[in-house]
Amino acid sequence: MKRRDFIRQTAVFVAGAAMSSSAMVMFDPKQVLAQRPELRWGFLVDTHRCVGCGFCVKACKIENDIPIEANVTRTWVERYVIKQDGEVLAESPKGALNGFTNKRIDQNTSGMIEVKDEDVAQAFFVPKLCNQCETPACVQVCPVGATYQTADGVVLVDRKWCIGCGYCIMGCPYGVRFFHPKEHVADKCTFCYHRIVDGGDTACAQACPFGARKLGNLRDPDDPVAKAVLYGRVGVLRDEYGTKPQVFYLGLSKEVH
Amino acid sequence: MKNHIWRPLYVVLAIVLLILMFRAFYVPEDFGIQDRGYTFGFHRLSNEQEWKEFPDKYRGSSYCEGCHYDKTEVFATSQHGMMQCENCHGAAFDHPEDPEKLNIDRSREQCLRCHSQLYTPSSGRSDIPGVNPEEHNVGIECSVCHNPHNPSLEEM
Ligand code: HEC
Ligand code: HEC
Ligand code: HEC
Ligand code: HEC
Repeated sequence: MKRRDFIRQTAVFVAGAAMSSSAMVMFDPKQVLAQRPELRWGFLVDTHRCVGCGFCVKACKIENDIPIEANVTRTWVERYVIKQDGEVLAESPKGALNGFTNKRIDQNTSGMIEVKDEDVAQAFFVPKLCNQCETPACVQVCPVGATYQTADGVVLVDRKWCIGCGYCIMGCPYGVRFFHPKEHVADKCTFCYHRIVDGGDTACAQACPFGARKLGNLRDPDDPVAKAVLYGRVGVLRDEYGTKPQVFYLGLSKEVH
Repeated sequence: MKNHIWRPLYVVLAIVLLILMFRAFYVPEDFGIQDRGYTFGFHRLSNEQEWKEFPDKYRGSSYCEGCHYDKTEVFATSQHGMMQCENCHGAAFDHPEDPEKLNIDRSREQCLRCHSQLYTPSSGRSDIPGVNPEEHNVGIECSVCHNPHNPSLEEM
């Protein structure tokens, strides 16, 4: 090999290697988070207060331009009916867009089932939405960097960058992601980011007549939600997945997943 | 070394260079590792601003007060006072410019969201007086008899 060639090839190799390794620098999230410790959005759901009216689902769909009749939604409410004999029935017709207006429970292939009042041990409603996890599985699986977490903890989707591969929809343990029928990209609850950054409330929390949904700053010790999470007895959904969900529930029972 | 080894290598290098050049043009400048590190924060920074500019649709009941004071005044102290006007009338958007009027939904379903009698012993639902929709004045809109803005039975 000529000396000239050797130098040229080495230069090309070094340049190439330098470029690719610069894209691989790892940051320690904890170190980065410590730089902005004053704001972390969290959510508190009080299942005792939820009456299943579904106004939250309606408000969310309108506020966020999710086609109202399409069978996808960023938030939904489930009805649980637990019978005296321990059988658990759960349903969420249209995500509870129109609430729960009768006693019949949709059990898919088994049809509509009506449980007699005297057979009911417990019956209640559980609102669900994106948990804005501290270590979101949906973000890790995105191959193009179209979904990410902001410094204040909200997981967003870049609609211009999303290629619609659907990995994140599969990756979310809570099933909160879906394919937007009009935008043709992955979509999910944003905690109404456009409202909360201006000091507003999320559309669902504002619409709830009974205060079953509350948004708060988990880093503010005087915040009612932060207090409930710190001092109250709260639970989270599917803790075993290790995603560290940041939506906390009061009155969660073991039948709810 | 032989030429037949170097030639394909040059081709590969050329392709890599081309891809890197394309990448330099195609990937926006603000795309990169942001606050949450490589694993959770790899994204286009200006997208955060795009989400912040998403338009609001719901205004809240305090917005209605200015013009529909007659309604908000009675409503606020009524048994329905905990509700938002927009729950029943839909999002305000830029009302009264656009739309000029908000929807008036007189359907029975609207009221039955809360008042359909269910058996929910471990839920706040059981605190709301319920009616059986298949027996309570079937076929007549609720607002014919009840005032949605002040549903007190004494004032019927
Ligand atoms: C800037 C003043 C203004 C504000 C604020 C306002 N409205 Fe109106 N609203 C009007 C006017 C003007 C009309 C048209 C009245 C008419 O034509 O009879 C109207 C009409 C309506 C109607 C239809 C009445 C009918 O007879 O058809 C409803 C319902 C309504 N408003 C609800 C609301 C609600 C709910 C809010 C709060 C989110 C609100 N409005 C805020 C001015 C206002
Ligand atoms: C529980 C659902 C509900 C809520 C909450 C509600 N409304 Fe209504 N509203 C109705 C219904 C139903 C009618 C039609 C009444 C009728 O047919 O007599 C109506 C009628 C109206 C009208 C037009 C008719 C009229 O009587 O002039 C206005 C304006 C109005 N509402 C404003 C408001 C405002 C402002 C609020 C919030 C303070 C509010 N509404 C909250 C259900 C509701
Ligand atoms: C968000 C749930 C909700 C919706 C929707 C709703 N209500 Fe109510 N309603 C309540 C609550 C809560 C009370 C108060 C019960 C109390 O004071 O203990 C109430 C009270 C009433 C009462 C008085 C009952 C009594 O025994 O004093 C009537 C009548 C009534 N509502 C009718 C209606 C009508 C008609 C509509 C539809 C226009 C409607 N409601 C929509 C929640 C709702
Ligand atoms: C034809 C008139 C009429 C219509 C229509 C009507 N109601 Fe009533 N409603 C009454 C009267 C009268 C009472 C009080 C006497 C009673 O308890 O039956 C009443 C009572 C109620 C109560 C209180 C029940 C309790 O046990 O305290 C609720 C809640 C109620 N109605 C909701 C509704 C709803 C929701 C609708 C529409 C789906 C509706 N009503 C339609 C006349 C009507």
